[in-house]
Amino acid sequence: MKKVFGKPKCLKDAVFHYCPGCGHSIIHRLVAEVIDELSIQEKVIGVPPAGCAVLAYDYFDIDIGESPHGRGAAVATGLKRALPDRIVFTYQGDGDIAAIGTAETIHAANRGENITVIFVNNGVYGMTGGQMAPTTIIGQITTTTPGGRNEKRDGAPIDLSEMLALTTGTVYIERTAVDTPKNIIRTKKAIKKAFRVQMAGLGFSLVEVLSACPTNLKLSPVQANEWIGSTMTTYFPLKVIKDKVGKLGALPHLE
Amino acid sequence: MLLRGSHVYAEAAVRAGCRFYFGYPITPQNELTEYMANALASLPDGVFIQAESELAAINMVIGVSMAGKRAMTSSSSPGISLKQEGISFLSAMELPAVIINTMRGGPGLGNIAASQGDYFQATRGGGHGDYRTIVLAPGSGQEMADLTRAAFEYADRYRIPVIILGDGMMSQMMEPVEFPDPIDPKSLPPKPWVLDGAKDRPSRIIKSLILDTSAMEEHNWKLFRKYEMIEKEISQVELFLTDDARLVVIAYGTASRIARGAIKRVREMGLKVGLMSPKTLWPFPKRYLLEMSRVVTDFLVFEMSTGQMLEDVKLSLEGRRRIHFYGRPGGIISTPDEIAKVINNIYFKEGLETEV
Repeated sequence: MKKVFGKPKCLKDAVFHYCPGCGHSIIHRLVAEVIDELSIQEKVIGVPPAGCAVLAYDYFDIDIGESPHGRGAAVATGLKRALPDRIVFTYQGDGDIAAIGTAETIHAANRGENITVIFVNNGVYGMTGGQMAPTTIIGQITTTTPGGRNEKRDGAPIDLSEMLALTTGTVYIERTAVDTPKNIIRTKKAIKKAFRVQMAGLGFSLVEVLSACPTNLKLSPVQANEWIGSTMTTYFPLKVIKDKVGKLGALPHLE
Repeated sequence: MLLRGSHVYAEAAVRAGCRFYFGYPITPQNELTEYMANALASLPDGVFIQAESELAAINMVIGVSMAGKRAMTSSSSPGISLKQEGISFLSAMELPAVIINTMRGGPGLGNIAASQGDYFQATRGGGHGDYRTIVLAPGSGQEMADLTRAAFEYADRYRIPVIILGDGMMSQMMEPVEFPDPIDPKSLPPKPWVLDGAKDRPSRIIKSLILDTSAMEEHNWKLFRKYEMIEKEISQVELFLTDDARLVVIAYGTASRIARGAIKRVREMGLKVGLMSPKTLWPFPKRYLLEMSRVVTDFLVFEMSTGQMLEDVKLSLEGRRRIHFYGRPGGIISTPDEIAKVINNIYFKEGLETEV
């Protein structure tokens, strides 16, 4: 019988610990598929965050260096500067990248560090149990916004990707989601392009992926995914936020 | 070569094969950062980044260290506080790194004068968790060069962050220095644990999250055993006129230089006083002190603080001998005459002038 579907080579034989309906499992798989397809398993180094995805090293069969909370872009800067011919990516949540690690992220982007960032935005602090995230939307109930996020008191959800697009060092930034099969395919395309930007030495690339956290949204997996499409995308529209690739020269053709 | 202290650190680091420096401006150590900016720009494999913060700088060091290369950052007291998160992670992940602290008056923003108020922070770990860092305390330009070289060697040998604890006065002082021959980083032995892509080998993980309590306990004990070994192997002191001493001054860094001047003065008056100057603050050179306490009855701890190393001296001697203290915090630099008077007072008060 012909094998038409299998586990990516660079994923270990481990069962994801993520909650039912969580987007991390899908995004992990997409990153793994891209690493396989680009044949970079032997030269890629991943930098997971503090947060639910800290355990990424249990799943990816690649070199992994754990970062302190929010400092992924700085750790990746060190790795990439020391090993310019390796492929370095960070995998960060919204709290990690858009709250505690804002400075590291913006300045790495502004320096045009030739790294790739996978930014998983689920609008809530997952691992710590559902507190307000920098990307929590107005009115969203969390354990620290029991009456819903109030713009006057808590500020509005922050759009880090748009902010990063303002810096000259960023080359490619796209926001996608993993709520529907169509969006999952688009996400994979974006992740692949982001890695290819780095492989071509063009500079900073980032894919923001809207991802469901049913556990902390207190919704079923189906409802949580519907919520992304109906509500979250009104604050975080899916689109290519910045693409300088054409101006900097086309990406080399893939074999 | 005649160089100011901060340049000595920098030149010694480059000669130790350090090609990666990350720093954030802070007085009184900017000359170090500026020297590295120039030195690394002229080397094809040199990387200098003026980081957006001390946090970013120490985390860039983490990244380079994961890749197996020698990396350094430096700062002054308030900036070193910010680096503590990274130093804790370096310790947990057993990553080598060199961090230079040019201490200034504190707490808080304090001032930019030379001080020794960060002894506790440096020798007790400094960040969260159950760990130690090696702490070296140079007392001259030459020692700044030698101990910087040693810092990189120790960091790699023990896979540990090493802190060099100096102060603003040492960093500004110009002294003649002889540097060791430069090391080509390519000639350094490969490290078998680095992250450089899992080519022809299983993939590797460098992490500090250990959720299983038994595994975390074992990791803590593993670190502890390493610290025990370091204590046995590298503690170091410099002695000055201690052979016949009835009173021994214990001081490090700039304070040891002042004490040396004071001892020369009281020696002229016939007082038998010597100096023990720890070069390693952690591990604290306890055994040298214990050995000396077999014949010396009185010790004077002199620090540019309200008394921090004093605690290590007390812990080492466990009440066996009289321990005196003199210290001035806040960036005040005592003069040798001032310390000579202190020595004089103690010497006669304790009746040390009488023959045994």
